[in-house]
Amino acid sequence: MTLTAGAFYLFAFVAVAAGFLVISARNPVHSVLWLILTFFSAAGLFVLMGAEFLAMLLVIVYVGAVAVLFLFVVMMLDINFAQFRKGALQYIPIGGLVGLILLAELVTLVMAWQFGDKVADNVTAPIPAAEQVENVKAMGAILYTDYLFIFQTAGLILLVAMIGAIVLTHRQRAGVKRQNISKQVARKPKDAYEMVEVKSGEGIGSASKKG
Amino acid sequence: MQSLLMQYLPILIFLGIAIGLSVVFVAAAWLIARQNPDSEKLSAYECGFEAFEDARHQFDVRFYLVAILFIIFDLEVAFLFPWAVTLGKIGVFGFWSMMAFLGVLTIGFIYEWKKGALEWE
Amino acid sequence: MTADLPSFAPALPEIVLALGAMALLMLGVFRSGKAYTQVSTLTVFLFILVGVLLVAYVGGERSVTFSGLFVTDSFAIFSKILVLVGSGVALMMSSRYMADHGIDRFEYPVLIALATLGMMIMISANNLLSLYVGLELQSLALYVLAAIHRNRNRATEAGLKYFVLGALSSGMLLYGISLIYGFTGTISFDLLADSVKTGEHAGIGVIVGMVFLIAGFAFKISAVPFHMWTPDVYEGAPTPVTAFFAAAPKVAALAMFVRAMFGAFGELVTEWQQVVIFISIASMIVGAVIAIVQTNIKRLMAYSSIGHVGYALVGLAAGTEAGVEALLVYIAIYMTMTLGSFAAILSMRRNGQMVEEIGDLAGLSQTNLPLAIGIAIFMFSLAGIPMLAGFFGKWVVFWAAVEAGLTPLAIVGLLASVISCFYYIRIVKVMFFDEPAGNFDADKGRAIPLVIGVSAVLHSPVSFLLISPLIAAAAWAAKSLIY
Repeated sequence: MTLTAGAFYLFAFVAVAAGFLVISARNPVHSVLWLILTFFSAAGLFVLMGAEFLAMLLVIVYVGAVAVLFLFVVMMLDINFAQFRKGALQYIPIGGLVGLILLAELVTLVMAWQFGDKVADNVTAPIPAAEQVENVKAMGAILYTDYLFIFQTAGLILLVAMIGAIVLTHRQRAGVKRQNISKQVARKPKDAYEMVEVKSGEGIGSASKKG
Repeated sequence: MQSLLMQYLPILIFLGIAIGLSVVFVAAAWLIARQNPDSEKLSAYECGFEAFEDARHQFDVRFYLVAILFIIFDLEVAFLFPWAVTLGKIGVFGFWSMMAFLGVLTIGFIYEWKKGALEWE
Repeated sequence: MTADLPSFAPALPEIVLALGAMALLMLGVFRSGKAYTQVSTLTVFLFILVGVLLVAYVGGERSVTFSGLFVTDSFAIFSKILVLVGSGVALMMSSRYMADHGIDRFEYPVLIALATLGMMIMISANNLLSLYVGLELQSLALYVLAAIHRNRNRATEAGLKYFVLGALSSGMLLYGISLIYGFTGTISFDLLADSVKTGEHAGIGVIVGMVFLIAGFAFKISAVPFHMWTPDVYEGAPTPVTAFFAAAPKVAALAMFVRAMFGAFGELVTEWQQVVIFISIASMIVGAVIAIVQTNIKRLMAYSSIGHVGYALVGLAAGTEAGVEALLVYIAIYMTMTLGSFAAILSMRRNGQMVEEIGDLAGLSQTNLPLAIGIAIFMFSLAGIPMLAGFFGKWVVFWAAVEAGLTPLAIVGLLASVISCFYYIRIVKVMFFDEPAGNFDADKGRAIPLVIGVSAVLHSPVSFLLISPLIAAAAWAAKSLIY
């Protein structure tokens, strides 16, 4: 349908243009913002293909957390971008060569896919079409049962990430006053104040204690 | 496929209206407003003095730790979505496998709580 | 929708290790005061328990579980025992260094335990996806360990370099996996083997995917041309962490490489053999030549380990069961050599500071003769001098290559070995024939002298007695891989 085709061209064009702007922006914070736009366009492309869960993950995890981390790093490092740019020109020949090699490989693979005769019947576990079962339901049906092992290992990877983040960045700050609520609540009246009898005209230092 | 995409059509329309409205706002200001910038008008205001130093100071690494801890639990939530949708089909085994995953991440949570990573100061 | 429970029994060692690591984490965080020594000793006991479970409970039968994601066989048991021994010994050696530098945090043993768990998952992977998650679990723990001395520039630089290059190689590996999936429709090793077998000529897509996969593996084993991270990371990371890097992850990554090539792409031997021959020759030559100009002993050990990976890959390049057997014998011997050498490097302290230059070893024979003899045995064994265990490792590997018809490869290996003799024997010469540079501080603990002593004995001519049991074990392991 033309609306689908139009949406595809829109998202694809925006993704490529924003991707180019990521590397050519002068301000690194602008680069990250263009990257966020690229992620959004990619999410739109995924929805057009029927992979709605992947699109949601892209928006929630990539944009919501990873791009935020990028922004933090860019702001934290205080990069003097002009200095970086000067040396970039001498790497263009090598970069261009690597890009050409990757392009050649991509073209070879596309040719092999389009014109390969045995490729189509190679698929050993065909995926049900998107109308029959929803993307999220299809994934949920097998992720927690058939792929249990990988799921738990992914949990352990997240645990290692937590330990690593704390080991590498957490610093105890000295001299910080903290509240200990239970200690505060458990305080008895006799620890909180003392009654002193003060004679008029005299200070508290010479007064006698009462109670 | 079409029915799936039809469900997302409202989002596309919303996106279109939002982009259109934003473009109208920025373009209107750029086209209609009178703009005569000069260096005095654009400089920062420091009570009439020249600016003492750069307004930015070094970013604190505590923000980064908070962001990393957020991303880890965000991924946990991302795993919870398909589980919630298909819990009826995967039965008790699927339930306990998710509980084991949550248990592993709870251990991590206890670890970071006791280490004081959740305290700001 | 699946009503049947998977069998947890073959994976029991991994489950025990995971639960043990989490229990140790809780123990460390709830103990007030320094928990390092307690957690460290308990981790070594945990490794011993897991090793016992592996041998006694799981046994050597091939069994596939978790819907074809996990496989255990004698190859897995042999490699996992090596990995557990490597991790345990590296952990035992670390105590004094970590305490002296103020980085004795209880998370260190926990991270080593989790890295070891990742290695065990990698070795037992029967599916490209479980291979990848095991690899990432191990790599992530290793990135953190490389940078654990966070107040020192060298260490954080090493961690950052390792992380960036490691993430890039994981990206290449994933690209290869996605290509393989696209062109065969499966990522399970069993189904891949069938699919590759029935197609007369595997499509170019699968071969390109396999090459990307090999590129990712070559990074993890630090084979040329993906070895750039090794010298900087080995030099910058704290020495016990470097000892751990040089021992256990190399063994695990080589075992994973062998299983992926034989298990999944067994029919494409002629294709991957060419790639492996190329990286093997390049690694041997780079390891031999570039180490000659090194003066820092940790960098020299890094290049030496690159060379040794090249020799081990000669066994893989042979493409036969005898080649796999030779590779297993070689990495077992290599691991003991490396652990002994790094234990000796850990003893190189002067006035409370670690010294790392080769010149600091000068005249060691006059100031500390036992240590000098130990280091001499390790250097000769690394060089492959006959009568020592290292020679025997090279012998079996080159013999397997010749039997498979790859005589030129064996000749290149011999030449590289001769060139590398130069810098190993130069260290012995500096120790025995140069003027003393100064005394080393005495060792206060027992772990390091114990490791040096045991490794030296294992590599001395006494090793003649141990070689045949090792070869028998390796043959038992290799047999299960090609079935």
